[in-house]
Amino acid sequence: MDKNFNLEIISPESILLSEKVNSVVIPSFEGEMTILADHIPLITFLRPGITKVEGSKQSQFFVEEGTVEFSNNTLIILSSTITSLESIKNQNISKIIEESKSQLTQDNLSDKAKYIVSHKIDTLLKINQ
Amino acid sequence: MPSLDDLRKRISSVKSTQKITKAMKMVAAAKLRKAQEMAEKGRPYSNKMDVIIQNLSKAINDPSNAPKLLVGTGEDKTHLCVVMTADRGLCGGFNTNICKLAKKYFDEAIKSSKNLKIITVGTKGLDQLKRDYGKYIIKKINLKDKKKLTFLDAEEIGKQIVELFKNKGFDKCFIFYNKFKNVISQIPQQQQVIPAKIEEKDKKQEEMSSYEFEPDEDEILDDLLPKNISTQIFKAFLENSASEQGSRMTAMDNATRNAGDLVDKLTINYNRSRQASITKELIEIISGAESL
Repeated sequence: MDKNFNLEIISPESILLSEKVNSVVIPSFEGEMTILADHIPLITFLRPGITKVEGSKQSQFFVEEGTVEFSNNTLIILSSTITSLESIKNQNISKIIEESKSQLTQDNLSDKAKYIVSHKIDTLLKINQ
Repeated sequence: MPSLDDLRKRISSVKSTQKITKAMKMVAAAKLRKAQEMAEKGRPYSNKMDVIIQNLSKAINDPSNAPKLLVGTGEDKTHLCVVMTADRGLCGGFNTNICKLAKKYFDEAIKSSKNLKIITVGTKGLDQLKRDYGKYIIKKINLKDKKKLTFLDAEEIGKQIVELFKNKGFDKCFIFYNKFKNVISQIPQQQQVIPAKIEEKDKKQEEMSSYEFEPDEDEILDDLLPKNISTQIFKAFLENSASEQGSRMTAMDNATRNAGDLVDKLTINYNRSRQASITKELIEIISGAESL
């Protein structure tokens, strides 16, 4: 596993990360997905979860939504809600979980929205442990 | 001929105005640097978003089934115009230029008997538009008490627009804002956001884009297109705020210079009339002495 590819994590406010990495695990909408070099061109979007980056150093990010494109050995993650795991640990996670849970009890929620919120709660619970 | 006292008062008042414009220029310069930095940092996101949408739209073979946000409703009756201006004045032609462009477009749309709907963002644009086009304005968005604009604010507006589109409120949507070119020139822009503009495809690129989609194209587009609208609006926010500060800086720089010119002119006037009055007094004394 010595093959590298470029990873760019971009939020509307700035470029969070731009470096060469070995592998990235992304919480794609239909399940987790590991991306290595020479993956075929791919476009997908994310559900709430944790993005794990393995390169010269390891790092983890919490995302709520986002769009991913892989082409020419460059992985681009566009997300307006991406934060590194360390910085979210400082926030009041249990409060966010409570809010999400109350969201889940609303009647008019679509199946898709329910799916997204429940994944958000799961991920946050995992982080909170 | 104003008296010496009047002149002295005017000079001091112009000088204090000059101090204010100078201070405003400095503040605008500091804010400009920050706004410019943010605008530059925000560009990659919207550019990449654009690329992805272009790639996706190439993959769609059957336009009749494609999401409406991408291909439009097929009609061209109602136009929604989002006019984005500043909340504060004293920034040269910044607000007027946007409104001028918007008004020109409104008149054309009305002439070709299209329904017009207007959303104003920022109070200065509203002030300029409400007299002639007040009955078309359907929503006024005011961001005056927001200190810093975030992506969430843009998302909020984007959601409202998408909601309106889904309820068949309009067929085409345009946003009006100022593009920041450099400190002295900002270009008012009219940009179409719904339906998303697709550039003519290159044959070369077409061969390259054999993407795998997960889930399928339509679902990704459903997720991506509303986001793209928010992104476009956020981009317009950033460009606008950089342009506003740049425009204000130039305007205040000019004002400071004009005030300086005015002070010079008034000082010459003041000195001349002072000299005249001294000469007059001397003549009076001398002619008084001579007559004795």
